[in-house]
Amino acid sequence: MSIVQQPNSFRTGPDERGHFGLYGGRFVAETLMPLVLELERAYAAARVDPEFKRTMDGYLATYVGRPSPLYFAERLTAHLGGAKIYLKREDLNHTGAHKVNNVLGQIMLANRMGKKRIIAETGAGMHGVATATLCAKFGLDCIVYMGAVDIERQQPNVLRMRALGAEVVPVTSGSSTLKDAMNEALRDWVTNVATTFYCIGTVAGPHPYPMMVRDFQSVIGIEAKAQMQEAEGRLPDSLIACIGGGSNAMGLFHPFLDDASVEIFGVEAAGHGIASGQHAASITGGRPGVLHGNRTYLLMDVDGQIDEAHSISAGLDYPGVGPEHAWLADIGRVKYLSATDTEALDAFKLCSRLEGIIPALEPAHAIAKAMELAPKLPKDHLMVINLSGRGDKDLDAVARHLGGKL
Amino acid sequence: MTTRIDTRFAALKREGRAGLVTFVSAGDPDPKTSLAILEALPGAGADVIELGMPFSDPMSDGPTIQASSQRALAHGQTLVKTLAMVREFRATDDATPIVLMGYFNPIYVHGVERFLIEAKDAGVDGLIVVDLPPEEDDELCVPALKAGISFVRLITPTTDAARLPAVLSNTSGFVYYVSITGVTGTAAPDFAAVGRAVAAIKAKTPLPVAVGFGVRSADDAAAIAAGADAVVVGSALVAAIKGSLDANDAATSATVEAAERLVRELAAGVRRAQRPAAE
Repeated sequence: MSIVQQPNSFRTGPDERGHFGLYGGRFVAETLMPLVLELERAYAAARVDPEFKRTMDGYLATYVGRPSPLYFAERLTAHLGGAKIYLKREDLNHTGAHKVNNVLGQIMLANRMGKKRIIAETGAGMHGVATATLCAKFGLDCIVYMGAVDIERQQPNVLRMRALGAEVVPVTSGSSTLKDAMNEALRDWVTNVATTFYCIGTVAGPHPYPMMVRDFQSVIGIEAKAQMQEAEGRLPDSLIACIGGGSNAMGLFHPFLDDASVEIFGVEAAGHGIASGQHAASITGGRPGVLHGNRTYLLMDVDGQIDEAHSISAGLDYPGVGPEHAWLADIGRVKYLSATDTEALDAFKLCSRLEGIIPALEPAHAIAKAMELAPKLPKDHLMVINLSGRGDKDLDAVARHLGGKL
Repeated sequence: MTTRIDTRFAALKREGRAGLVTFVSAGDPDPKTSLAILEALPGAGADVIELGMPFSDPMSDGPTIQASSQRALAHGQTLVKTLAMVREFRATDDATPIVLMGYFNPIYVHGVERFLIEAKDAGVDGLIVVDLPPEEDDELCVPALKAGISFVRLITPTTDAARLPAVLSNTSGFVYYVSITGVTGTAAPDFAAVGRAVAAIKAKTPLPVAVGFGVRSADDAAAIAAGADAVVVGSALVAAIKGSLDANDAATSATVEAAERLVRELAAGVRRAQRPAAE
């Protein structure tokens, strides 16, 4: 039996080589390694530059529209009959999801580094839209790699990216979804390394990406903490967020990791059910491996070949997870649950009807688990659900799944 | 300890010519044909064999090698089967060095220690693992060297003078210079720039320098062989194999011969390279 050593703080990672315990690292081709090191230096300098922070805070307020509200979901709370539920409204950000928090930081960094060509991968299209948006704002070239399957199921976002001047490149290799889009983005990066900045959309990839994206997304948790203090005069008792790569979750969780009284739940996509094998729950149903620049939990076969993930939500349809989540799972600080496609659809309907808020299918997974947990909790239990994005993009897909009975 | 790689490069030096390194994906287009191709390579003029370990997500490979990995995986190729293939090859050829090339995950999942024991036992001489830069040497490079297996490092046009010593530090067998910034088989190298880069590397290491990525023809091979110790051909050979398959990607009676023919041409190109007189 192995005993996991509990650290004094859960917020000090990664180490200088980019490791969160066993996970993370820099598993990239030599062609990229000099650039990864350059990025690490550039980010280290920007991170402590008060001017960078001031400029970023300014754009977060006036362009993104932060702070996003922490909203008391009164009818959802009454319906579930237990915990008092708050929604952190990342869906109200410019571009409609949390993705923009990270993209703003990375595009500002790319600008500092003199990179004029931005590439990104996207699943649901929200990261692609955010990247296209900020490239338009900063006058940079934008190329977004997107799986052909995802292009099909997220048409509105494809049109938005094109309207913003981005080139959307369909990826038909492998399963034609997010992991393949990431492979193709990495191939582009290797080819155009001198001119190109790779804007990764989640807390994954080679160091320093998992740390950098987490830092940019931590604005979510920092705000939520202050807002809950103002609303209730104390910390929340629990946090819930959905996990694909896990950037919205890490953004909410990280500022609370050392607050021992706060219970934290990540919700992976269980697709048709974990037992079916058709899911995207890397922590619940995977094991440690190395892909896309980091060691983390992956879905794969006995030979180490990566499996195709499945989720109704394109944004969660990825066979891996950010390395810091992998570490937090092993060490037990965060509990990782999973919600099926059907549960997410039910939550999507319930939130829309009770609160007048159409959630994206991704955070619908978090709402689904809140629906399970909240009724068993006392009425003075304060729960925060990260409503990471708006659901307009999903209406076609939801209507298809519900057989027109939307 | 003298390895097959050392012995082969010493022999090439005595012959006064560059070597030909040929890449094929293990199990492409099917296990039986793949072994037949492997066994035919030395006779056709291959001096060193790079055997690709197929991976579902080959991030540094262009469309040609991606497709060859997919064909092999579709026929059930695994790391264990790749090692068995090397073992079978060794039954008839104990001289031609075999370097396994691929990505870390299948090795990591198999277990590094177990993999190294089995690979050594099967007759593997070296490893090229694309997604293990020197920063991750503890993972496989250092254990491989301890196990007596060479760890061949990729050096690229982005590896600058400051970084070169770190990249060379644990490299053994030979050094693989990637002639382009890009994925395999997509762009044509600038021969003059490659020549300068090879000279810069050779100034820093006594190891032989092989050059690959983007070498397609006998003329390309001859141009590279003028300055390098070996020329690596991958995508062009994989494309020749693909070109011989039927509409369902199944091998035909022409498949092994297609590979042999290209390797003979490339071997002739390597042999006619204009090289400076041996020092």
